Order: sequence, then structure tokens, then C-alpha cells
Amino acid sequence: MDTREKDIENLKDYKYGFSTDIENIKAPKGLNEDVIKFISNIKKEPQWMLEFRLNAFKRFKQLKEPNWQKPKYPKIDYQNLYYYSAPKSMKDKPKSLDELDPKLLETYKKLGIPLQEQARLNGIAVDAVFDSVSVATTFKEELTKQGIIFCSMSEAILKHPNLVKKYLGTVIPTTDHFFATLNSAVFTDGSFVYIPEGVKCPMELSTYFRINASETGQFERTLIIADKGSYVSYLEGCTAPMRDENQLHAANVELIALDDAEIKYSTVQNWYPGDENGKGGIYNFVTKRGLCKGKNSKISWTQVETGSAITWKYPSCILKGDNSIGEFYSIAITNNHQKADTGTKMIHLGKNTKSKIISKGISAGFSDMTYRGLVDINSKAENSSNYTQCDSLLMGNKCGAHTVPYIKNKNFKSNIAHEATTSKISEEQLHYCQQRGLSSEEAIGLIVNGFCKEVLQQLPMEFAVEAQKLVGISLEGSVG
Amino acid sequence: MIEQLKTDFEKILKISNLAKKDIEFKKNHLNKFIESGFPGRKLENWKFLDLNQIIKKDIGELSFYNDYSVTNKVDTSIFIDGLEHNKIIFINGRIEKIDFNYEDENQIEIFDAIKINDKFVNKNSLINLNNAFRNKYYKILVKKGYLTKKPLVIYHLTNEKMKSKNINLRLDFELEQNSSLKLIDFFNDSTDKNFMNILYHFDLKKDSILKNYKIDKSLNKNLKYSFNNIDQEKNSISETFIFSAGSKYFKNEINCNLKGEYSSAFVNGIFSLKENQQHEIRSTINHLVENTKSYQLIKSVLGKNSKAAYQGRIFVNSKAQKTDGYQLSKTILLDETSEFNAKPELEIYADDVKCSHGSASGSLNENSIFYLMSRGLNYKQSKELLINGFMLDVVEKITDSEIKNLIKNMIGLKE
Repeated sequence: MDTREKDIENLKDYKYGFSTDIENIKAPKGLNEDVIKFISNIKKEPQWMLEFRLNAFKRFKQLKEPNWQKPKYPKIDYQNLYYYSAPKSMKDKPKSLDELDPKLLETYKKLGIPLQEQARLNGIAVDAVFDSVSVATTFKEELTKQGIIFCSMSEAILKHPNLVKKYLGTVIPTTDHFFATLNSAVFTDGSFVYIPEGVKCPMELSTYFRINASETGQFERTLIIADKGSYVSYLEGCTAPMRDENQLHAANVELIALDDAEIKYSTVQNWYPGDENGKGGIYNFVTKRGLCKGKNSKISWTQVETGSAITWKYPSCILKGDNSIGEFYSIAITNNHQKADTGTKMIHLGKNTKSKIISKGISAGFSDMTYRGLVDINSKAENSSNYTQCDSLLMGNKCGAHTVPYIKNKNFKSNIAHEATTSKISEEQLHYCQQRGLSSEEAIGLIVNGFCKEVLQQLPMEFAVEAQKLVGISLEGSVG
Repeated sequence: MIEQLKTDFEKILKISNLAKKDIEFKKNHLNKFIESGFPGRKLENWKFLDLNQIIKKDIGELSFYNDYSVTNKVDTSIFIDGLEHNKIIFINGRIEKIDFNYEDENQIEIFDAIKINDKFVNKNSLINLNNAFRNKYYKILVKKGYLTKKPLVIYHLTNEKMKSKNINLRLDFELEQNSSLKLIDFFNDSTDKNFMNILYHFDLKKDSILKNYKIDKSLNKNLKYSFNNIDQEKNSISETFIFSAGSKYFKNEINCNLKGEYSSAFVNGIFSLKENQQHEIRSTINHLVENTKSYQLIKSVLGKNSKAAYQGRIFVNSKAQKTDGYQLSKTILLDETSEFNAKPELEIYADDVKCSHGSASGSLNENSIFYLMSRGLNYKQSKELLINGFMLDVVEKITDSEIKNLIKNMIGLKE
């Protein structure tokens, strides 16, 4: 077997589908003020944080679950979920990696997360979130030298309260939509990054999320602040074990770029998609929003979405600073009974702002894929421009591909261009490849990778390789 | 408003002697309308332009009762010159005249009491309003194999009796196998502040051809909504052209159901808006079977404080392989206060299809203006030339050369 086949063999039946037996501490089931107080208490949070949560919860109670999205799902019983679950051994936080529960380390090893030595070789600093708590953050010292703060959200709340207080909830306020507000009330952990003025972060920062316990929702919150003239590239990866019931994942990610700063945020999302008949899988309802607050700032989102039973997210950019730039590159692949409703929002407020959207959707099997996007150029956003391209590829006639862009131009000195196409892999292309000795599966892999190339190029090296493999694997068996 | 609706409805029931079944039908629709009211921004299709608000702001209180017993004088001077045509004349929503002088009278039939086809896919409260309040409506049938010789012009006129009124009217057309009809809707309002609600239903049988041109050119302060439902069988062709420029508010909705193989639908439109106008086109093309084709081209030129929206939806059923769907919208914003919104939508369930849409909006290209000015034109002339060329593109899509020239003259486009 060559390596590619081996990879496929390994990954075919969702390689990350194991679960680890670890004793968990859980909050009582259900959603009420006591649970929120429990979470806040166990994390030893200050009073203002608890108030932030309770405010959000107050607001949450008045909100209705939205239902305009394309993929419909059975009603979620929010009272029947655990909102906090942590491995027991984490209760007294370990001081160093050596003190970590060996079982936890093993889990991460299986996932291929470089926590220790591997990390050093790869030069990636990893913060891993296991269910609800952040387990360990590697490379801390080296980052500290430069003044970079990269730690778990809980730690940041305790150690850097001024920064958290200043920025948390400024991009996604507690008065936002249903899932974002729910997150604000019950979020458990996540990553916090602060890049000081003028610092170019020397390595890629990375978080790894994993849902382990059953009947838990994962509500992580990530906050990244790039101060004036700084640069950071941040990677996020996700997996979850196979379970029959659907699990909810409602994260909030806030990015803030000040003058001349740049944030690059890449996601490879490979949550458990459910089995072939659409049973089980993760509901991935995530709110991601970036604010280009300062002049000449730039935020770029890159995502490869291959997992989850339902993906419902729109990483957005608010281009507030003059000359700021927003970018969105996305590959979304759905197979079997997966459903995705994803896209972006580019809101142009400042002058000379630019945005670019490249979205590639591939649907196979019985799946449904929707690109939904908004480009809104405000009347004050002079000389702004947007370019959008969204292409869909269909495999078979049981799946669907949909494009729903909203385009609003309120400024006559600004330009918007939008293009969308839908097609299938042509017989000619297949024939051409097969003539040259490729099997039909290989040919499709090649063509699909070509189709996605513009987006794959945007990913950092290590991720690009993984993503490319994922693209191939996700479509396994979709062509008869 | 609800009180007004109820009293006006009772008034109508009193003077017209309707069958019990019809009364039930109307009552039912009235109740549905009362329940939902005029559509507003909470509904996805009405997000860009909120009719409820616009009516409140521009008209205030509407009344729904119209006296259809008195005839109105037809002013012949407004008839289109230089084109021999058949006529249907609506004044204040009342049919004053139906005249097919140029056609073979055995080949066209006009029915007035017909069973109502109410099975539209797109339902909205305005259709309920129409059902509840319209006067009697007609169905025009073009018989098998008959190609109408001259176009039919439907004049939509109002006179001074109309003030803050709602007019509802409806026409049904059936084109039998191998027949054809050219239809021009000509809007010429002389009064302000009324709301017109127009509903057409077209039934296109095998191999038939429908050409519908809607011309709303003269400036007026009326609000209008027009809904075309077009059902198409095998090999049929529908062509719709909309020139949307005159009214304060105008929403054109075109709903095409391509039910037969090799049927095709074309929707082309121009928005040419001046101060404070708000117009919208929403096209929905449902590709339901194999080998169907659709094409939409919408161009807009938007002046001060004007707002245009285009919502174009292409739906492809899983059975509808080999579909061709193409859509393009282009916009020139002339002023800093003009606004364009678009929602081009693709919903596709079949894999062997070619579908695409494109949308672009921006200001006039200063380089092109410079080019023309350096050749001796002044700024205003250069601008006009560019805008004319931009709009001409859509007019050139009109397949009937006589009507194409008429429309060119009407809107002042020179080649």
C-alpha cells in the first residue's frame, strides 16, 4: 500500500472517533443561573465576569431560536445538556506538562497534536481544549519573552483582567443573536491571544478542540487582539468522538486588529459528521467575527469545513478602520447526510476598504450545501471594493448546492463584483485523467484539489497538507 | 386599516350580487389579508423595500372601495402612436374596453365567469387582497395554432376620482398549442397616491410563445405591485421585458414554472430611477424538468435618493438535468445617495447543470468619460452616451423588432 492509500485506510472510518475514559466533573444538567454561577465559581472568576455571564443569560431568555437557515434540525433541549465538563485531574491545575494525566496526553497523541517535543520541531505553539478546559499551552516561555500572551481564556480572566475586560464582548456583544448570547452566558474556556505593539508573532499559534464527554455542549470563547503594527497567524482544529446523539458546539471567536495589524485565522474543522445514514454528529453553530478597528488593518479567514452534521457559520469582518482589508477563503465539503450553511459577511464602514471572498462548495451523497453571504458597503465607505466568487461542485443528483448572496451598495464610489457558478466534474476532464493512467477516484481527487487550490494556498504549510488529504477523504466513495 | 377594510368589503357585497360560494371565497381571503397585513421587512422577500412602511409614509390611510358602476371617459390621445394594436383599457381598475379589432374573432375567446386558479407557488398577502377586492376578471384564450397579428396593449389609466385608493385587478391568459401573443402593459397615471395591485396568470401550452413588455415610464406618485405567474409546457417560450422608471414605488414579480421539456424563460429589465423612487424586480425561475433554459439580465441606473433591488432566484429540481440558467445584474450608481441591493440566489438539486449568476455595481467609469470628452463631447453628453449604451444592451434583447423600435423611441434611446 502506498502512503496515500494507508492514510485513507486510517482515516476512512473517522480516525478521531475514539473517546477517552476519564473521570469528569460536570456541572448539574440544565441551564439556569445556578449552573452559570457554578461554572463561574469553579473557574474562580471575578465578580465582573459573573455579571457579564448573567447579563447575557438575562438577554438569552428573551431570545428565540432562529429558523431562517436552510438545514433544519430537531429541536435542541437546552435543559438536557451539560454546560460544563472537565477531566477530574484538572481540578488542581498541573504546573507542568509532566504532571498531566497520562491518559490525556495519550488522547492528544492519538490526535496527532504535538504537545511536547513534536511541538518544538514543528514550531507551533498549541493550546488544547478538551471538552471545557484548556489543558496545556506549549511554548509559553518563548512567547512570553516577546511579550505575547497566549493562554487559556480562564487564565486570561484571572491574570490579564484589564485586557479581557476592555475587549471581551466588543465584537460579539452579549446582546447578539441566540447562540452567541448562549455562549456569552455559559462559555467555559478557549484561547486568549494578545500580540503587543509592533511584534510579529514568530510562530503559528494553534488551538485544538475536542469534545469527549457525551451530552455536553462545547462553548469555547476565543479572543485575539493584535495591537498596533503586529502580526499573528492562528490555527484551529477540531475533532469529536463518534456518538449517536447530536452534540452542540456553539463557540464565539472575536478578533480585533488595531492600526496596521494583521490577523490570519485558519480553521480545519473535522468534527464527527454522523454516520452514513445521518445519525449523530456535531451541530457546529459558531459565531466568528473580526473587527478591523484601526487604519490599514487586515483580517483574513481561511476555513476548510469537512466535518459536522450541520455547519452553520459566517466568519465576518467589520471593516471599520480606513484602508482596512477583509478576506474570506473557504472550502466546504458535505457528503452523506451532512448539511452546511456557511459564508461570510463583509461590512464596509471605513474609507478605501477592500474585501475579497472566495468560496468553494462541494456536495456529494445526500448532502446540502448553502453559501450565504452579505456584502454591505455603507454610504460613508468611499472607494471601497469587494470581489466575490463562489463556485459549487455537485456530485450526483441527490445532493443540493445553493447560493444566497446579499449585496448592498450604498456608496456610488464603491464597486462590488459578484460571480457564482455551479457545475459538475465534466466527463471530458475525467476521461483526460483516466487516459493518463489515473483511477477515477484519483482523477476526482486531482480535479477537486485543483478546484480548491485558490483556498488551499492560503493555509499555512502544515495545515495545507492535512487539508488536502481531508478533501480527498471526505469524498471517498461518493463517486460510483 | 382593519375597520376600513371591513366596511369597504361590506359595501362591495351590498351592491354586487355574488353567489354564496364567491362570497365565502372572498371573505376567506379578506380574513387572511387582515391577519398578515401588507408585507413588510420581516418577510424575506420584502426585506429590501418594506411595502407596509412605504404605504404608511406615502399614502397614509388607503380606502379599498371603488365604484365600478359608472363608466369613465376614455381619452384617446394617450394611445400609442405609430403602432397598430389591440386594446384593453383599464381606468381606475375598471375595464372600459376590450377590443381585438385586428384579430380573427373566431380565434380569440374572452371569458368573464371562470373558475379561479388559485394555486400559485408564491403566496403573499397581496394576492389575498386581490382575491378579496377585485372586480370581476377576464380570461383571454388564444386558440390553437393562431398567431396574433398585432400586439395587445393593456392601458393602465387613472383619473381624478382616484385618491388614496387601492385598485386590484387580474387577467388570465391561455395560449393554446402553437399560438402566440404579444402583450404590452402601458402605465399612464394622471393621479397620485394610489396603490395598484395587478395579478396576471399565463398558461402556456405546448409550442406557444408569450412576449410581455411592461412599460412604466411617465413620472407619477403611485405605488404598484405586479405579479406574473407563468406556467409553461413543452417547447414554450416566455419573454418578459420590464422598463421600470415612472412610479414612486414599483415591484415586479415574475414567477416562471418551466414544467415542459425544452421550455425557456427570459426576463430582462431596466431600472432608470430618479429622485426618491424605490423599485424592485424579483424573478423566480423554477426549472422542474430536463433541458429547460432561463436567462435574466437586469440593468439599473440610479439617481439621487433612489433605491433599487433585484432578487433573482433560480431553482433547479433534482429531475431537471441539463438545465441552463444564467443571470446577470449590473448597476450604475449616479449619486452618493443612491442605493442598490441584490440577492441573486441559486438553489440547485441536479448535478448536470450549468448555472451562474453575476452582479456588479459601481459608478460611471471616469476613464470612459475622459475618453469621450477628449473627443469633443461635454461632460453631460458623455455621461448620457454611456448610460444610453448601458441600457441599450437590455433593449437589444427584445426579439420583436417593431416593439423594440417603439420602446427605443419611447425611452429616448438612439442607436
